[in-house]
Amino acid sequence: MAEQRRIIFRHIDEPGYTPDLACYLRNGGYEMLRKAMTRKPEEWIDEVKKSGLRGRGGAGFPCGVKWTLVDRKSGKPIYLIVNADESEPGTFKDRHIIHQDPHQLIESIMICAFANNVKQAYIYIRGEFPHGAQILERAIAEARAANFAGPNILGSAYGCEIVVHRGAGAYICGEETGLIESLEGKRPYPRIKPPFFPAVLGLYQCPTIVNNVETLCHVRHIVEIGGEAYSRIGTPNNTGTRILCVSGHVQRPGYYEFEVGKVTLGELLNDVCGGPLPGRKFKAVIPGGSSAKVLRFGERYKGKRKVGAETVEFDWGVEDIPMDFDSLALAGSMGGSGGVIVMDDSASMVEALANINEFYAHESCGQCTPCREGSLWMKRITHRMVHDNARAEDGALLKSVADQIAGRTICAFGEACAWPTQSFTAKFAEEFKAYGDPAREADPDAAELV
Amino acid sequence: MIAPSKPDLVTVTIDGREISVPKGTNVIEAAHRLGIDVPHYCYHPKLTVVGNCRMCLIEMGMPAVDPATKAPVMDPATGRQKINWAPRPAIACATGASPGLHIRTTSQLVKDCREGVMEFLLVNHPLDCPICDQAGECKLQEQATGYGRGYSRYIEPKNVKPKRTVLGPRVTLDDERCILCSRCIRFCQEVAKDDVLGFIDRGSHSTLTCYPGRKLENNYSLNTVDICPVGALTSTDFRFKMRVWFLKQTNSIDTESSAGANTVVWSREGVIYRITPRRNDEVNDTWMADSGRILYRQVPSEDRLSAVTVAGHVVTEADAFARADELFRAGGVAVVGSGRSSVEEQFLTRLLAAAVHAKASLVARVGEGDGILVSADRNPNVRGALVTGLVAALPEPHLGGLAEQIDGGHVKTVVSVGEDLAAGGLTAAQLDKVRVIHIGTHRTPTSDVATVVLPGLTVFEKSGTLINQQFRIQKFLAAVPPLAGAKDDLHWLSALVAAAGGTAPAGTLNAVWASLSSAVPALAGLSLAAIPDTGLLLNPAPWAALAFAEGRALHFQPNP
Repeated sequence: MAEQRRIIFRHIDEPGYTPDLACYLRNGGYEMLRKAMTRKPEEWIDEVKKSGLRGRGGAGFPCGVKWTLVDRKSGKPIYLIVNADESEPGTFKDRHIIHQDPHQLIESIMICAFANNVKQAYIYIRGEFPHGAQILERAIAEARAANFAGPNILGSAYGCEIVVHRGAGAYICGEETGLIESLEGKRPYPRIKPPFFPAVLGLYQCPTIVNNVETLCHVRHIVEIGGEAYSRIGTPNNTGTRILCVSGHVQRPGYYEFEVGKVTLGELLNDVCGGPLPGRKFKAVIPGGSSAKVLRFGERYKGKRKVGAETVEFDWGVEDIPMDFDSLALAGSMGGSGGVIVMDDSASMVEALANINEFYAHESCGQCTPCREGSLWMKRITHRMVHDNARAEDGALLKSVADQIAGRTICAFGEACAWPTQSFTAKFAEEFKAYGDPAREADPDAAELV
Repeated sequence: MIAPSKPDLVTVTIDGREISVPKGTNVIEAAHRLGIDVPHYCYHPKLTVVGNCRMCLIEMGMPAVDPATKAPVMDPATGRQKINWAPRPAIACATGASPGLHIRTTSQLVKDCREGVMEFLLVNHPLDCPICDQAGECKLQEQATGYGRGYSRYIEPKNVKPKRTVLGPRVTLDDERCILCSRCIRFCQEVAKDDVLGFIDRGSHSTLTCYPGRKLENNYSLNTVDICPVGALTSTDFRFKMRVWFLKQTNSIDTESSAGANTVVWSREGVIYRITPRRNDEVNDTWMADSGRILYRQVPSEDRLSAVTVAGHVVTEADAFARADELFRAGGVAVVGSGRSSVEEQFLTRLLAAAVHAKASLVARVGEGDGILVSADRNPNVRGALVTGLVAALPEPHLGGLAEQIDGGHVKTVVSVGEDLAAGGLTAAQLDKVRVIHIGTHRTPTSDVATVVLPGLTVFEKSGTLINQQFRIQKFLAAVPPLAGAKDDLHWLSALVAAAGGTAPAGTLNAVWASLSSAVPALAGLSLAAIPDTGLLLNPAPWAALAFAEGRALHFQPNP
């Protein structure tokens, strides 16, 4: 059975571990900031690049490359924004870091700020985390009082302030340019790229780094062991550990931290999470937050992939897929935000999609046409299917609408709202076709629709 | 010969055709130069690019280069450099021309994108074209016809939104028709500098509205109606009055100030229904002030002068000119010309002043410029009076020089060409001391006391030219037939010159120009037909020393 390796979550749920500074210091807190500041800032950018750390927020973009892309010649200030707008349905990792180990985040923020010569950092936290925002405020005040943040950090000439900014409850504020607009006090309409790449024209049109909470927390540990050593954790190109949030129809849902790629989906669901509920079989799993494409149990994924220098053939069932960015991409889905949503044979895929579509229609910012109109249309179709009159052709119509969205929008929300519909209707076409059939037998165990 | 330097020209290939454009030119404009239409809604050439409508999606490619050697990768099939086409479509409005850029606007992917966006734009659109003012000039109609599928797959209920929101005194909003392109919002922020519009709510329920406690009431609010690609923002004045396809369009000029915004006058059967701006990148871009759009209301006014009168009695033209002749013979004649008259009228006024041995004066109209398209000089054609030689100096306030002459008893008769002398600055006592020969359009204190009244035409009933603050001579054309009884000012002026014993060309535009082009040095050799629709810049150097009233004028540059 695959063993968890807790780096970020080392102290999460540890009895007696408290989110205050004293407890953090007892556990070696801020030693890595002290260590980081003994070397040149740019050396840490190299270390992070060497570590191969990839973003844990959804896209899996290499963190070190992101830092390298920052425009340092403009003469403008460089900003750091911590994306704590954890909103992807099925994802609940950042909140535990914030609630239980906020100083781990703050230390990493200060290291990143030092490495990139950032003088002002923001933590953009979603509006639904009021308690988390309070904890962060308190932790920042503690860190400031102890000279780990604010002016003259650890007695040096270097200083950086951190401000916690609370969102107002919109999923789109997790999109980095939407977040920036929101932080500037505007509607969170994502910006067009080009030209508004955050690394060049970000917050207040200045170069800006936007990192996810979990991603940033790894920086502290990269400083601890060095980029080279960190890159040996996990699998090549999928380094380090990542937190997997399992929810849905399993015996033991929860959050688990594994070396990336060292656990398969089957091991995670069957061994770690205790398998399906009594008398049930797994039917489908969404491996990376609700916007990732669904995987259907029973399907096979075949092809070639690179392992080190070799190219090898693979032939996986859902259970065989290693939980890393590249393998999940090979299986046609994505690692995304690490939210693993499991559905067993009691779940109706039409009703599950209706639920997802409801969410995306509600969260579309409305800036650009395909997502604004398409997400609502898809919601109305699935809502009608579930509550009124399902037609045999609705599955095909849904897919066609989704096809008109993906790849044609300003931000990745277009894909986020289209992928569930595209994958559900493609992989469960017969279920969508039969949903409105009066002969269809209702599952006696199915939950009552609300 | 040294070729002019063109450092920033790049060659791009659109649908297989090459064109050289300045680097950074967006693909919509570059394609336009090739005659290729890239449909769009949110893009406007005079506003910043936001890329939200997604109608202008195109396929983009760049010449392939070997990443290691930087050598071009050739395509053996064509013998040309291979093009790497981007897997995702890009928006043309935000794609700038760069060396070697390749664009496809006719591929299956582009066709699918356009059909998709059109379908999305229509699913929650009320499709109330039969009662919509925009019908006939609606981008949604045009592009649905040109690029849409022609049928709908949508069977769900549509969004319901407010149908008649009063945004301000002149603009009414139908939110259901709004496609959320944000052109109006950007216009208010960027051009009118009055940030009052914004969206509330989100997703498909987003609704355009004014900020709480604010109204869309700036003097440029109706431009939002012009640039609204659909029937959402409507002019409260024009709403439900007339189908646009019945209207005749006549090029004209906004006469409210020396800015000289280019306009189109929309009329049917002799009735004007609206005035809209006409694009002139050198003058007004695509904008005009609201205040200039209501000027047409002067045409059918009850106050119009419609009969030739002498001492208040309707008489024949011959009787009127006989009376004028008597007054001219008595001597002591002064001429008040107008900065509102056309260049041609000012030229004849100059001939009249010469014939009666008078020095002409102008009525000054100076207000505050708004820094956009209403300039400080509210006379549209003071430059014309300078160019034609009617006056040599800028007008004095309150007709200063003339008032002194009247008080001194040197003036017995004043010829007023289109000006109300009372409003111009003369006191009632001064007016009492003189006889007045008046050419005018509307009843005024001057026409009431005038000995001879000759009914003239408004700018919408006649043709001519005006010279704006840049010294740009621009044409305006008659949009509607003259009021019965009134005649072209040129006709009256020509006859008055004859009555005063002078020689003048016949009172027609062509005859006046034949004379004008030889007598006025700045217009030497020019003809009316040679003036383009966007005007012709004259050399302002001879008048550079004069202290003109205007300050800064519009020139907003989108996307610097």
